[in-house]
Amino acid sequence: MPEQFKMILKHADSAGYTPDMACYLRHGGYESLKKALATPARTLPDGKTQSPQEVVRDEVLKSGLRGRGGAGFSAGLKWSFVDRRSGKPIYLICNADESEPGTFKDRQIIYKDPHQLVEGMIISCWANDVKLAYIYIRGEMPNGAKLLNQALKDARANGFLGKNILGTGYDLEIYVHRGAGAYICGEETGLIESLEGKRAYPRIKPPYFPAVLGLYMCPTIVNNVETLCHVRHIVAMGSGEYAKLGTPNNTGTRIVSLSGDVQKPGYFEIEVGKVTIGQLIFDANFGGGLKPGRTLKAIIPGGSSSKVLKAGEVFKLNRKGADGQMTKVDVPLLDLPYDFDSLQGAGTMSGSGAIIVMDDTRSMVDSLANLSAFYAHESCGQCTPCREGALWLAKGLHRLEHGEGRKEDADYLTHIAQNIQGRTICAFGEAASWPVLSFVKKFRDEFEARGAADEAARASGAGPTPERKLAASPQP
Amino acid sequence: MSFSVPPTLEAELDELATHYPQKRSASLMFLHAFQEHFGHVPREAVEWTARKLGLQPINVYELVTFYPMFRQQPVGKTHIKVCRTLSCALAGSAELREHFCQKLGLDSHKHTPQTTADGKFTVEFVECLASCGTAPVVMVNDDLLEKVTVTEADRVLASGKK
Ligand SMILES: Cc1cc2nc3c(=O)[nH]c(=O)nc-3n(C[C@H](O)[C@H](O)[C@H](O)COP(=O)(O)O)c2cc1C
Ligand code: SF4
Ligand code: FES
Repeated sequence: MPEQFKMILKHADSAGYTPDMACYLRHGGYESLKKALATPARTLPDGKTQSPQEVVRDEVLKSGLRGRGGAGFSAGLKWSFVDRRSGKPIYLICNADESEPGTFKDRQIIYKDPHQLVEGMIISCWANDVKLAYIYIRGEMPNGAKLLNQALKDARANGFLGKNILGTGYDLEIYVHRGAGAYICGEETGLIESLEGKRAYPRIKPPYFPAVLGLYMCPTIVNNVETLCHVRHIVAMGSGEYAKLGTPNNTGTRIVSLSGDVQKPGYFEIEVGKVTIGQLIFDANFGGGLKPGRTLKAIIPGGSSSKVLKAGEVFKLNRKGADGQMTKVDVPLLDLPYDFDSLQGAGTMSGSGAIIVMDDTRSMVDSLANLSAFYAHESCGQCTPCREGALWLAKGLHRLEHGEGRKEDADYLTHIAQNIQGRTICAFGEAASWPVLSFVKKFRDEFEARGAADEAARASGAGPTPERKLAASPQP
Repeated sequence: MSFSVPPTLEAELDELATHYPQKRSASLMFLHAFQEHFGHVPREAVEWTARKLGLQPINVYELVTFYPMFRQQPVGKTHIKVCRTLSCALAGSAELREHFCQKLGLDSHKHTPQTTADGKFTVEFVECLASCGTAPVVMVNDDLLEKVTVTEADRVLASGKK
């Protein structure tokens, strides 16, 4: 039976582990920073030399590390896009907004092991010649912000941060910046605007790629909390060893957030691609299965914005055979390895690593209505298709939820969603559309039946059908 | 209430402003500090922030209206934020909010935050609080309560009534 592989969360949950400096140092804390700062320059076979910073950047590239925030983009490649010739300062921002519904992994790091993030950040800043960096933490984590401030203060006091870090002459400052309850601050360019003291209106790309025109129109790196923590481990073990974790092109470990209808919701750190969705839901080491007497209906595999997967679906995935040839094989939903590429192959994404499970007692109409209300509330309002469309989707679903549906609502919702995606400034447009498109496509019967029942009730003069409930009552 | 910024708060704000190469960046942190101090963001704090950071008042005011956490009116001493989003909803958070509202005589059909007449409680629906694995979750002032049961909800109400 597969097990967790705890690297990022190795200590966080062990008895007696506390978020303070002394405890972190007792567990080998800041040794990776020392190792990074002592990296020698190296000469490559072609005669070119790499500075110590370039060596570490190269290590991160070779490790295969992919961003854990949502898009799964190569961290090393992202760093290589940074405009280093502009003469402008380079900034680094840690995205600790953790706002994608279903996701609760960064919280574990921030609250239980804040120094790990700080160390990962300092190394990443040093490797990228950054002198000033920020942690953008969501407003609803006030105590997390306090813990991070304390960690930064202690790092300064110990010479890991501030002027002349560990006597190397390198200066770095990191500050905590708090958001204030807007989901769109998780989108990196919205985050940058917010950090500049403005409304979090995402910027259009091109030209505003953060690597070139980011914070204060300077080159900027935005990485997720978990991504930055991995840097510490890549330095500690070397890119070669790191890349042996996980599966090819999906290296390392990943913290999966599992919620919804399972016996044991929670967060589980796994080697990427070494555990299947079925194992995550059903194995005793992970979700522990569904509640008694229930069957699986659907899962949202990568945060609320990812396309829903239906129980029983079978996907055609590319697999490399023993002879090295790529062939298409059938992979049932529960056998999908939980990694970036398999989920993409299944037409969805592993996004923020958050799985929401729904069993046969749940209505897909009401579940989608819940999500669409979220997107309607969170659109920043800059683009008309998103601002209006997200609201129309929510209103249409509200009608269906409250007994006022129509047969044509399935088509209506699809039509609106299709006219949002691809027509907006930021990927929120897709985030709002994808759940609708996938829920309606895969559970069309349910949407149509709901609309038809409402129409029939109206025609017979019975009035709107009574309100349905998404959930049973909370525990007494 | 006449508006004044006590010296300790002003010192805190001055320090915060040093964190940024451009002063305007500090405005969100200023608003947080004011809200912590006054319980909400008074109009005068918006104007004060604008003067201090060399901005027009609208540059600050538009933040107060954009970011859901900032409020222009006082809220109850015990501020209850119930998570509305899917994982919590599957675990009964709508019913939990209903329970809070019912016990406090508030109208659960209204979508905006509701405050009791005695100013002791505010009940609000908020979006995902990044703790979906321990649904349903509720924030009571700065603290997160997890796997909240009806019994625990009643405990929150009892301690807030004191
Ligand atoms: C609507 C939206 C919300 C997002 N929310 C978050 C978030 O809460 N946390 C996060 O790390 N990334 C979030 N992202 C992704 C970021 O834009 C960005 O890609 C990420 O922080 C990059 O870090 P990584 O490369 O380390 O993953 C969001 C993206 C979109 C479009
Ligand atoms: S897509 Fe939506 S959230 Fe993104 S910029 Fe446009 S209106 Fe704002
Ligand atoms: S859905 Fe409630 S904390 Fe995420």
